[in-house]
Amino acid sequence: MSARVDVRKTYKLYIGGKFPRSESGRSYEVMAAPTGRRTTPRFLANAALGSRKDARDAVVAARKAQPGWAGATAYNRGQVLYRVAEVMEGRRAQLVQDVRDAEGLTAARAEAVVSAAVDRWVWYAGWSDKYPQVLGGLNPVAGPYFDISAPEPTGVVAVLAPQASSLLGLVSVVAPVVVSGNTCVVLASEERPLPAVDLAECLATSDVPGGVVNIVTGRTAEIAPWLASHRDVGAIDLTGAADADGVDWGELELAAAENLKRVLRPGGTGVTAVEPDFEPVPDLSRLSAFLETKTVWHPKGR
Amino acid sequence: MPTFEYAPSPESRAVVDIASSHGLFIGGELVEATGGTPFKTVNPATEEVLSEVSEATADDVDAAVRAARTAYTRIWSRMSGADRGKYLYRIARIIQERSRELAVLETLDNGKPIKESRDVDVPLVAAHFFYHAGWADKLEYAALGPNPRGIGVVGQVIPWNFPLLMLAWKVAPALATGNTVVLKPAETTPLTALAFAEICRQADLPPGVVNIVTGAGATGQAIVDHPGIDKLAFTGSTGVGKMIARSIAGTRKKATLELGGKGANIVFDDAAIDQAVEGIVTGIFFNQGHVCCAGSRLLVQENVADEVLRRLKRRLGTLRVGDPMDKNTDVGAINSKAQLERITELAAAGEAEGAQRWDSGCELPRKGFWFRPTVFSDVAQTHRIAQEEIFGPVVSVLTFRTPGEAVAKANNTPYGLSAGIWTEKGSRILWMADQLRAGVVWANTFNKFDPTSPFGGYKESGYGREGGRHGLEAYVQTGDGQ
Repeated sequence: MSARVDVRKTYKLYIGGKFPRSESGRSYEVMAAPTGRRTTPRFLANAALGSRKDARDAVVAARKAQPGWAGATAYNRGQVLYRVAEVMEGRRAQLVQDVRDAEGLTAARAEAVVSAAVDRWVWYAGWSDKYPQVLGGLNPVAGPYFDISAPEPTGVVAVLAPQASSLLGLVSVVAPVVVSGNTCVVLASEERPLPAVDLAECLATSDVPGGVVNIVTGRTAEIAPWLASHRDVGAIDLTGAADADGVDWGELELAAAENLKRVLRPGGTGVTAVEPDFEPVPDLSRLSAFLETKTVWHPKGR
Repeated sequence: MPTFEYAPSPESRAVVDIASSHGLFIGGELVEATGGTPFKTVNPATEEVLSEVSEATADDVDAAVRAARTAYTRIWSRMSGADRGKYLYRIARIIQERSRELAVLETLDNGKPIKESRDVDVPLVAAHFFYHAGWADKLEYAALGPNPRGIGVVGQVIPWNFPLLMLAWKVAPALATGNTVVLKPAETTPLTALAFAEICRQADLPPGVVNIVTGAGATGQAIVDHPGIDKLAFTGSTGVGKMIARSIAGTRKKATLELGGKGANIVFDDAAIDQAVEGIVTGIFFNQGHVCCAGSRLLVQENVADEVLRRLKRRLGTLRVGDPMDKNTDVGAINSKAQLERITELAAAGEAEGAQRWDSGCELPRKGFWFRPTVFSDVAQTHRIAQEEIFGPVVSVLTFRTPGEAVAKANNTPYGLSAGIWTEKGSRILWMADQLRAGVVWANTFNKFDPTSPFGGYKESGYGREGGRHGLEAYVQTGDGQ
């Protein structure tokens, strides 16, 4: 009996809750990470080679989705994001396989990475209705005023996803952006984009509204400058500039200054960008990097 | 309506003794600049030259940064938080002791009414130092992360509208968290910063913890570009803020930027109109409108627009414009000739674009820089006076019909610093406050400040907060690493 011919997946972009091909019609070959004695790289898929126009479409989708997402109750956002973790757990086999192929991990190691990614999503989901109390509060002003400061989402955030950690790293940069009500345009890892498309499928089949997370695959150096200079993007996470081919994070930060984007610089010292270790449980710094503090005053009187 | 004549009530300037020339404050000493062209600071109400001030060169800035680095490494970063706090408490007390002198000096150099420098600026300056003094040994409780501590040497560049208060906003949190500073006051208002240098000496603050270099844009740029600076804090225009953001791109320098604004002050038909009118006046004519968070766009619900405008004009007729040193003065002098020219130019653009210009026609002193409180009505969203920051006593009046329209108009600006809401309906206040993209929302009040209350902008009004627990964040590093 011959082996069944499997049905393979087309890996596409994720924009506005839909899975379009790149408007440019382009794609690029994605290869498995080299493992063992194998010398010729193994072909995995043709991923969409996203364009400037795709990135701009994604910004439009993110902007459109932002007020609704930020306007949802914190409890609701928490449940919706928790649901993503549930769906990820259900698609575990596929995530493990894609992470294994992308990062060249052993089966056991890939299992551990996927578990950490699911747990990371749950960790951030749980913050949705807690961080405002931790980070905000009543200000004891010297006068007859009620004065309160509370964090709000900054708006639309561009995210350069980590190049090496294709799923755990991805989850670790996307979840803290959206948990507070931001929406985002994510540039997936250039060489390891397939787990990002898997995550997009998890998002699409959970209750996350279309446009909240948009994922573009392709060349980071080609698309990142357009996002960094985009006037309707309010903030940019440059984490994925580390080890991205042809990307100078200083140039991106320079472009981002045009409309005073909030910039989360990549890890490392000096001009050197280093991808952080995503294994340890994080702190609130990635979440608070994309928050604004609003202070409201009102007089007291009879 | 009866008008009351006020007898002159001048504050005495005998409490201040202004040296004819000033050096720089570096490493705890007042030193001569190594070059540069000294410049004069004038009283904008009389055009009298008050003093000659040094222009710090890049070499002087370098000396100041090195002094700050030495003080940071050898003393300030090793000192206990409790001891740092005690220095700040000392400074707060000396400011209170010398408050009258500081208020007079501020008014002479800046042109703001003495009642504002005496009752608002200087008390807030002391309060900022007192508040932050208490944080110095409590940083672990501020939810900033593990092992919170200073970053190093902080470069600070401040504007001329609240000279000593902006110094306090910058210096107090920097010192409380264990940083040392190099600060540049604005070139038109350096005198209270130089007086603060003397206060640091009276407090026996270790040399080099605070360094003050005077100068204009070139001196500021030297601070921004100096590789020994770990963090920058700037208050000023959005244009310069963007230049700073570009200058530090690709480096590990951190920055907080408090930039321009075009605040919307929104009056609903159910507002307490007389209170709202007072709030409009406070919002735009406080400090001659030289306020980044001023309520410079007045949005009035259409059905009460005529009534609000009528009462506003009547109120403006009673504002006393003139000698800032007179204790009855409400509106003082424009800070500089250059600023007066900018205000004049934008006001002319308002007229040219078709808005209706009105002012009280009050008498103005013959010498000095003056601009009458001015109201523009029939202003459209596209007019320059509805879009650009005038930074003067000029309010642009627009109308709206629904809360949704008010929000859309208020948010239709690249800025996002402040907003005001006037209505007696609580649920509407809270809904509006949620919708407005601004860092500070004043409901049924305006232009209130407090050291415990975080202040700062959304969008192109900058990033970072000053004041409160939030203000500490920009001045600390956490974790184990370097």
